[in-house]
Amino acid sequence: MRLAIPLTITFVAGMIMILQFFVPATQSLGESLQEWYMIVASFAIFLGAMNLITVHVHKIRFKAKNWKYSPVTIAGFAGMVLTGLFMGIEAGRPFDFMFTTMMVPMGATMFSLLAFFVASAAFRAFRASNWRATLLLASAFIVMLGRVPIGSMIWNKIPLVSEWIMQVPNLAGQRAVMIGAAMGMVATSLRMIFGIERSYLGGTD
Amino acid sequence: MATFIEKLGTVDRRVIFLLMALAVILPLAFRMNLPIPIEQGPSKDLYDAIEALPPGSRVLLSFDYDPSTMPELQPMAVALSQHLMTKDIKIVSMALWPMGVSLGNEALTMVGDSLGREEYVDWVNLGYKTGGGVLIVRMGSNIQTVFPNDYDGNPIADMPVMDGVNKLGDFDMIISLSAGDPGIPAWVMMAGDRFNIPIGGGCTAVSAPQFYPYLGTGQMVGLLGGLKGAADYETMVRLEEDNAAPGTATPGMAAQSVAHLVIMLFIIIGNIAYLSTRQKKGGLR
Repeated sequence: MRLAIPLTITFVAGMIMILQFFVPATQSLGESLQEWYMIVASFAIFLGAMNLITVHVHKIRFKAKNWKYSPVTIAGFAGMVLTGLFMGIEAGRPFDFMFTTMMVPMGATMFSLLAFFVASAAFRAFRASNWRATLLLASAFIVMLGRVPIGSMIWNKIPLVSEWIMQVPNLAGQRAVMIGAAMGMVATSLRMIFGIERSYLGGTD
Repeated sequence: MATFIEKLGTVDRRVIFLLMALAVILPLAFRMNLPIPIEQGPSKDLYDAIEALPPGSRVLLSFDYDPSTMPELQPMAVALSQHLMTKDIKIVSMALWPMGVSLGNEALTMVGDSLGREEYVDWVNLGYKTGGGVLIVRMGSNIQTVFPNDYDGNPIADMPVMDGVNKLGDFDMIISLSAGDPGIPAWVMMAGDRFNIPIGGGCTAVSAPQFYPYLGTGQMVGLLGGLKGAADYETMVRLEEDNAAPGTATPGMAAQSVAHLVIMLFIIIGNIAYLSTRQKKGGLR
């Protein structure tokens, strides 16, 4: 029973979502399922919030590794939630102030650090060890130069060559990956709908 | 004993970090400006597609990013809003990412105020709803069931900007500024392909290559890729407008130019050291 109910739900929901494209009578059912999905997805936010609190309280209680960061996480979470709930989220309110002056610069800083790690990683790992790696290196140089104004100052055809790399070899490779991934997605979805693939239910079988 | 070249190959990463920081900071500090050449490409295609829209058209602008990708995507949001509002195109905005709402609001308010455009008449921010692709499909049949109120809680049915807009098909174009999933792919598959709406986009430089297939098939009308795309768009908008506000992407291109050169220099040094070591160990094969 524990297996039959979720498998039946998956089969019925999956079939309705497919049939709605071919059988007009099932269209409203499909729309209802989409509404349900959005409601369930909204609840996932509460689940995530509860999980965040549980994990960090647990870390503090048992003094787990790096537990000292957990009170900061909980304080930040509580601060944003409480000011947002009780004082509003409009411009000029404390929530907006904290978002603009703390969240935004901190988020941008984290992503910007990538530039330093990319430089260090490229220096250590980007080696012309064989002709394929050399080809990759040459393409990378052309695209890197083509994406900045200094490239066209060196030679005005570099942006055109860079765009050709993006529009021909890159496009061909990306398209192959996309089609492969799409076929895999269709196959996995069908396996789930027909109960062959059950790993999403948890466990090993 | 290791030669000078071999030693270069083992340079401390803190030296790399320091030089990288200088490569970014100095061009910005000295306000180094490089000309941005505009050539036919995805950025120009998006600009031309918007130029072809008649005044009064309606465009859905989706802010599908968060502060981490803001340095690349926010200048696009500002430049696109500027272009759309200058052409008297009505903007209905929303977000598939929760933090995109505030960032979008910031761009729209700033540009709207500078151009004297009125909220609810010329633009509106519907806010964020969870659901990604499913949300888009629902909007395809009725927007009001998904967004009965805007970001500030006002009913959208009473807003002049929403006159004649009931479903996604009523928009003349959809533009997604996307930092990941859900983002451009969801808009292309769920809105562009299903409801036959032109899709434009903006994304980070690292994710731009994956959207080229959509450009090749015509599923996207144009794409702004990374800071370069933002700087291209800023330049095109500024060429058209006498009093266009200065953007942040164009000055950033000088810093990016120097940073790219520094990375390339390090790769070359690393390879010289590598080849030298390999030659010593047994010759090139």
